[in-house]
Amino acid sequence: MTQRITIDPITRLEGHGKIEIFLDAEGNVANTYFQVPQLRGFERFCVGRQVEEVPLLTNRICGVCPEAHHMAGAKAVDAVYHVDPPRTAKMLRELLYSAFYVTDHATHFYALAGPDFVMGPDAPVAERNILGVIHKVGLEIGGKVINARKAGHTVIEMIGGRKVHPCTSIPGGLTKGITKEQQKEILELGKWAVEFGQFSLKLFNDIVLGNKEYVDLILGDIYTHRTYYMGMVDENNRINFYDGKVRVVGPDGKEFVKYAPQDYTKHIAEHVEPWTYLKFPYLKDVGWKGFTDGKDSGIYCATPLSRLNAADGMATPLAQEEYDKFYKTLGGKPVHQRLATHWARLIELLYAAERWVELASDPEIASDNFHAIPTEVPTEGVGIVEAPRGTLTHHYVTDERGVATKINLIVGTTNNYAPISMSINKAASSLIKKGTVVTEGLLNMVEMAFRAYDPCLSCATHSLPGKMPLEVTVHNANGEPVEVLKQYC
Amino acid sequence: MSKTTNETPVTNKPKFAMYWADSCGGCEIAVLNIHEKILDVDANFEVVFWPVAMDAKYKDVEAMEDDSILLTLFNGAIHSEEHEHVARVLRKKSKLLVAFGSCACEGCMPALINLSSKSEFFDTVFTTATTDNPENIRPQTSVQVPEGEITLPKIYSVVRTLDQVVPVDYYMPGCPPESHQIAAVIDLVIQVLQGKAELPPQGATIGAGNSTVCDECTRKRNVKHIKKFERIQMIEPDPEICLLEQGILCSGPATRSGCEAKCPSAGSPCIGCYGPAEGVIDYGSRLMTAIASVIDSNNPEEIDAILDGIPDPAGQLYRFNMAGSLLRASKAAWKSNGG
Amino acid sequence: MNNNETFEPTIIGFTCNWCSYRAADLAGTARIKYPPNIRLIRLMCSGRLDPTFVFKALASGADGVMITGCHPGECHYIEQNYKMLRRFHLMRRTLQGFGIEPERIKLVWASAAEGAKFASETTAFIEEIRQLGPLNWGKSNGHFSGDDKPPMLEPAPETPEEVPA
Repeated sequence: MTQRITIDPITRLEGHGKIEIFLDAEGNVANTYFQVPQLRGFERFCVGRQVEEVPLLTNRICGVCPEAHHMAGAKAVDAVYHVDPPRTAKMLRELLYSAFYVTDHATHFYALAGPDFVMGPDAPVAERNILGVIHKVGLEIGGKVINARKAGHTVIEMIGGRKVHPCTSIPGGLTKGITKEQQKEILELGKWAVEFGQFSLKLFNDIVLGNKEYVDLILGDIYTHRTYYMGMVDENNRINFYDGKVRVVGPDGKEFVKYAPQDYTKHIAEHVEPWTYLKFPYLKDVGWKGFTDGKDSGIYCATPLSRLNAADGMATPLAQEEYDKFYKTLGGKPVHQRLATHWARLIELLYAAERWVELASDPEIASDNFHAIPTEVPTEGVGIVEAPRGTLTHHYVTDERGVATKINLIVGTTNNYAPISMSINKAASSLIKKGTVVTEGLLNMVEMAFRAYDPCLSCATHSLPGKMPLEVTVHNANGEPVEVLKQYC
Repeated sequence: MSKTTNETPVTNKPKFAMYWADSCGGCEIAVLNIHEKILDVDANFEVVFWPVAMDAKYKDVEAMEDDSILLTLFNGAIHSEEHEHVARVLRKKSKLLVAFGSCACEGCMPALINLSSKSEFFDTVFTTATTDNPENIRPQTSVQVPEGEITLPKIYSVVRTLDQVVPVDYYMPGCPPESHQIAAVIDLVIQVLQGKAELPPQGATIGAGNSTVCDECTRKRNVKHIKKFERIQMIEPDPEICLLEQGILCSGPATRSGCEAKCPSAGSPCIGCYGPAEGVIDYGSRLMTAIASVIDSNNPEEIDAILDGIPDPAGQLYRFNMAGSLLRASKAAWKSNGG
Repeated sequence: MNNNETFEPTIIGFTCNWCSYRAADLAGTARIKYPPNIRLIRLMCSGRLDPTFVFKALASGADGVMITGCHPGECHYIEQNYKMLRRFHLMRRTLQGFGIEPERIKLVWASAAEGAKFASETTAFIEEIRQLGPLNWGKSNGHFSGDDKPPMLEPAPETPEEVPA
């Protein structure tokens, strides 16, 4: 007879999610199902729209990372019209994108992940949130995070037109450029962002790496999977969020494939299950072998950790130093421990800030040449960028008028749907065994398996409890609830 | 390990809730972008339900007394059974329910799915270029897996606005509402709590202007004679002159003000995210009227040729407002709804 | 499938005060018969026609809408019937996007002297709509939800909440 534990809903995910944990007669975990009960249908309702509107429509896939969708969409519509934007336009887009990365990674780390490490996974519930962090390390931190968000959104609005759901990317470039005064302001904010990145890494070093318990937690097996890793790289195999080719390395760290955006359908497919509305991407050349990891399973991961694994290094000096330190500390490439993603995220934050300064220092960034009018008939195009949560692919097909006829989207977190499912299963299986009493601490540790992937939506108010609301209902074999555990902030 | 109870600390602060239905999270981010002002929210309210941020479950809201939550900001449209249920529960438990953001007010972009039948919707999503689905599986609301039965909420083919499901006290438009407007509304609510101001009349639209985007736009406006509608990428528009005048279909004339005309200021036409102006019941009809007025032709053939420059009228005229319009959905979507 | 022979279309007609409404009057005084399926609403000018009126009519149960105005060049207010003409074209394209047959709205130019034309165009339109069938706008196949609680959100019975550490 099967017992079952339902966790519903999961929060801090874009949309809604729930988990079903089934126990066998012994009381061990037989299986878990991580279901996504939401589907909005962008791949359907973007059809019939003018293609230059699709980057505006796909903004609304996610209000936390619309910049990512806007950029992938912008590159896709460039490709549809076979037009190459001027250098200034590409730089401005990447500059917006770099500022966005700083904002977004900061929001996730301080409001969601940080509390687990700064306060500790076992800390009293009431303290395990950003407020607890502030009390422990000082009010200054809260102010810094707010300023980091402000700085990022100022740049996003200057280049993208608005703070949420940017509107300035069109086929061939942008609808506006920036003035020399704006360039100066952006550069100053960028320099502050670099300091903020260094500060964040120092914080992580002092509080997390300086604590043996946390290091053991990070290196522990509960949160470890040996999968393929995906990330976008430039021609030197350094991480680039905006442009390049997609590189996948195997669990052994060796390059498995490197493909240009237009070839993605040769390499990626999506598996369907009837018990969830979301699909599971996997590597076609390896095949779908179910929810397992290892070389023979086509499941791959696309997160900051994956990007660091898939690249040969960082393209900016300070971030490169941190990259070297990361692998030295964790025993070489690739790193499979999912909790190390939090560290990788901060290294990316620093790189994004350095790139922000690089681009804002370029004399051409404020030029008037920000758009090239397309001359060819629109047909079909693919745009790929790295969203903070994973590789993001937009594929648009149009008729000769430039009206969309087919849309395919593989979104950041979707890449990780199978790995997250496996991580939840592994954490639950390791923690819930025959005779285990399901406790509050267990809930948090299952949560941590999930949180490392930074599932699309993070919410970062200062009063964030830093804790996923969970309610666990244990039913006996007759389906009657025998225990209800709740965790609150 | 610390114990938990389900007792939330008792405070005298009025209760606040924020919920997201078929939404993207942009409204949550817009609230965050009030920056330090979020501290005023914390000082004046007790947050009792905010699934993105804290743990209160549906059961906890159901257990609350009716009208015990003073203010609920509800964003996202109603697209599934789950959204509908939570909307009804929150209506009962809240004194003031605000339809927050374009999705809750009028459907927003996800309501464009209202132009497709359920099978067109699901068939497209589950047979895309990379979808590997040889058995043509579609997700089901109830599935028998080896260990037992697991369920998913039903998804309707017609997206609805919040007020098509429950009565709403106030509307706050925008996709998302601009942060300076959110800050102003928070200030107003705090003043009302302190007895220094009155609530606006029930049913009012708050956090927005009473005119249209054109009034806030700084571009120069002259009489318009449109002989051709242009696609934004195909011309280099003059940054000082009205976009509509230059043949770019800008929805400014039909869209409510309040956003400071950010998009036209950035060179991109208004796409209508602030919804209809005061007193308008069908946004698309008004935009249609405005467009018809500026077309410079009285000859039917020529008119048709000019209108070929608007290849997607249903989508372009009802981009944000499909669910809140008069027709609301296509024939096919209505027929497949509930099935 | 509906039996088109017994289906009586409901048509809303928008007529302009100066020409086409007078044409309708003329049909009446001249005892020219036409079916009673059309209900007329008088506007001062066809240029007053807001597409809102047409969509409201269709959404509220009308199977077709007929719009009438002065002949081009003869508008009492000079040029406003042309504005209506442009709206008419855009409305038809929009209705098509919603899956509504564009032929469900019809435009007729009729001067005050053309009572017979008014009657014959109206009769013809009613027959066209009869062939197209009822619109029945907004009727779902099934209902949204009369229930307050979908099954998966049934509350659990009361259980102890303290957990042994």
